[in-house]
Amino acid sequence: MCSLENVGIAMLIMALTTYLIRVVPIGFVRRKLENEWVQDFLYYIPFCVLSAMTFPDVLYSTTPAGASSPHFVSAAIATMVAIVLAWKDRGLVRVALVAVLTALIVELLIPIIF
Amino acid sequence: MNEFVRGLKKGFPICLGYIPVSFTFGLIAVKMGFNPLEATIISMTNMASAGQFAGIRLIEGGAPYIELVITTLVINLRYMLMSLSLSQKVAPDLPFYKRAIMAFCITDEVFALAAMEKEDVGFPFFGGLMTTPIIGWTTGTLLGAVASSLLSPMLQGCFGIALYCMFIAIIIPPARKGRKVAIAVIVSALLSCIFKYVPGINMLSKSGGGGWAIIVAAILGAALCASIKEIKRFRRRMLKGGAHV
Repeated sequence: MCSLENVGIAMLIMALTTYLIRVVPIGFVRRKLENEWVQDFLYYIPFCVLSAMTFPDVLYSTTPAGASSPHFVSAAIATMVAIVLAWKDRGLVRVALVAVLTALIVELLIPIIF
Repeated sequence: MNEFVRGLKKGFPICLGYIPVSFTFGLIAVKMGFNPLEATIISMTNMASAGQFAGIRLIEGGAPYIELVITTLVINLRYMLMSLSLSQKVAPDLPFYKRAIMAFCITDEVFALAAMEKEDVGFPFFGGLMTTPIIGWTTGTLLGAVASSLLSPMLQGCFGIALYCMFIAIIIPPARKGRKVAIAVIVSALLSCIFKYVPGINMLSKSGGGGWAIIVAAILGAALCASIKEIKRFRRRMLKGGAHV
């Protein structure tokens, strides 16, 4: 069983599992996969993974720990701002920071408006 | 230009983007009862956003070790696909120890940038690419862990969106330029929503911290897009066949 007293063991398990997943394919697959379908599939995978991770979870991302209900409004507005900025090729850092700021402003404004 | 330096330059925005996200991880870990050193070591040895968040939740909750292994495996399974994809972009004779070093930092963002390289990915370039993100991810965690007591819950909450917006900044520009990537992005997002909200199917996102839902949505999305060519070819053949009748 995991516990905070014996946290070292759990930390070791996490690190080893994560590393093994990463090292096995790149470490041992040495031939080029020829199949066109497989190549296309591997090309699309990163986009698909990131997209599936982002939606719909991003809508819950601004909710503070222990809140009674999800803070959808700030998350939705900040997400739209992020999509527009990303559409205009604004780069990772600017997109992320402006979105955080947007969420913060909305969170501050909501109690004033309502 | 020196390949290592080119990698450093390309990786630096990722490093900056990692700071708010790992900052959030540090905040949450300390709130759960980890000390700042433990939180920082977890970040340094995992380099995995969602996997780490899920992992500390399980450790704090006293889950069995096997559950920790399986959850980490499932949530991080995408790294296996990315690693496989990257194996196709390195020289076949690249020695094992170099591959083993590169493997350590196959993260969503680092991989995405490496995958967009026109040529094969070399060891010096990838080495440069991974250097600053590792520093940023580790330092950010330490900062968040130390600053934990200073920030309001609302501010802590708002930092939570940084990770996802980085993902958005990675997927939107290629989706705007290529229609198939756009289809891949939209299909996977839709499937992921279905797995979360449609009753009966949503058990996928309830087990293993949502790891399965992401894997299945991504695999289906990528498989569909990879099959578009086949589908078109098939339709063309059908139409031609029809014209003869």
